[in-house]
Amino acid sequence: MYAQMIKTASKGVKTREEMTDQEREFQDKIDNDIKIEPRDWMPDDYRRTLIRQIGQHAHSEVVGQLPEGNWITRAPTLERKAILLAKVQDEAGHGLYLYSAAETLGETRDELVKLLHEGRMKYSSIFNYPTLNWADIGAVGWLVDGAAIVNQVALQRTSYGPYSRAMIRICKEESFHARQGYHAIMKMAFGTLEQKKMAQDAVNRLWFPAIMMFGPTDAASTNSDQSMAWKIKVKSNDELRQQFVDQTVPQIEYLGLDLPDPGIKWNEERGHYDFSDPDWTEFFNVIKGNGPCNVDRLSDRKKAWDDGQWVRDGLLAHAQKKSAAKLAAE
Amino acid sequence: MKNEWPLWEIFIRGQHGMSHRHVGSLHAPDAEMAIKNARDVYTRRNEGVSIWVVEARHIAATAPGDKGPLFEPSESKVYRHPTFFDIPEEVGHM
Ligand SMILES: [Fe+2]
Ligand SMILES: [Fe+2]
Repeated sequence: MYAQMIKTASKGVKTREEMTDQEREFQDKIDNDIKIEPRDWMPDDYRRTLIRQIGQHAHSEVVGQLPEGNWITRAPTLERKAILLAKVQDEAGHGLYLYSAAETLGETRDELVKLLHEGRMKYSSIFNYPTLNWADIGAVGWLVDGAAIVNQVALQRTSYGPYSRAMIRICKEESFHARQGYHAIMKMAFGTLEQKKMAQDAVNRLWFPAIMMFGPTDAASTNSDQSMAWKIKVKSNDELRQQFVDQTVPQIEYLGLDLPDPGIKWNEERGHYDFSDPDWTEFFNVIKGNGPCNVDRLSDRKKAWDDGQWVRDGLLAHAQKKSAAKLAAE
Repeated sequence: MKNEWPLWEIFIRGQHGMSHRHVGSLHAPDAEMAIKNARDVYTRRNEGVSIWVVEARHIAATAPGDKGPLFEPSESKVYRHPTFFDIPEEVGHM
């Protein structure tokens, strides 16, 4: 999802007999839903996996500002502009909450940013798709943030305290994101024929990338058993994807739009919608760096970081000078 | 990259006269900027009427290992709670 394909750092789930006393005590806490806090003992692999997952999640929030930021100056009304600006600003905050959570594990923010810029850490595949027009902005808020909510609501119960608290805070802000997106799309779907066509086109293009956000199928996610046992992940990719499809199909129908996948059909027996698999080859390609916008996204992030360097240095130098002067005066 | 801005812990007093509560942290070059950033990040939806910022390195804390000796003794002191004492109903509300 916002963290896809996180390799769990471990050599398979240990049985209770294989665990040390310390590991058993740790697992008991997790099984009893007692949160793990920064200074508590934790297995190295738990720490490493969390840093990867929270870091990737943080990067996704920050890179996720780019496709939407792209439309702030071109929003159709002043009100939509103010709304989009507030939404994008929220995402910056989400990035901050998550980097802060990762920092409690002993990883600095600068180090995480460096790993992203060197291509050694990823962000969600979804942000490597372009936002071509205003309808896409509505669809992103509704579908992409909608998918993020499904994942993040589950993660509120994650075992690491600071991560869980960041998720709770983020979830409080997220439903505004999804609703403003749906509201924008609603205007178009119920607007002129041309607007309705744009809305349909946006849904058609973004549907499969959105359901890819949950990551590969459970059968193909060989690595997640340990993450589930540690409650770093709380629900499986397929469970979350199904939940998203089930909640979103009626929303598409309400708009009077065609379903973006002919395979979507209510399955009475399962009590869920059936749907087609996305093109997993495309997914792995995007993850590898070959999506439509990978190169731009990363170079935009690097440029923003490099261009801001003099500001960070200048403010720090000023602060140091001020505190030295204050010390001298005392 | 040793030029990272220091980490600040942020405490916000909510609307209803409650005490300041820890809400999160952020990086800033000095206290003034920490307050400005905290205002932008943590109070955009009416969450607060007052902000405290403290540089994280100034916070002292109990060690997780001391949890037992520090906090378990109070578990057995049930007489510290009003419910420990049965007062006859005739006495009225107390
Ligand atoms: Fe977000
Ligand atoms: Fe969002």
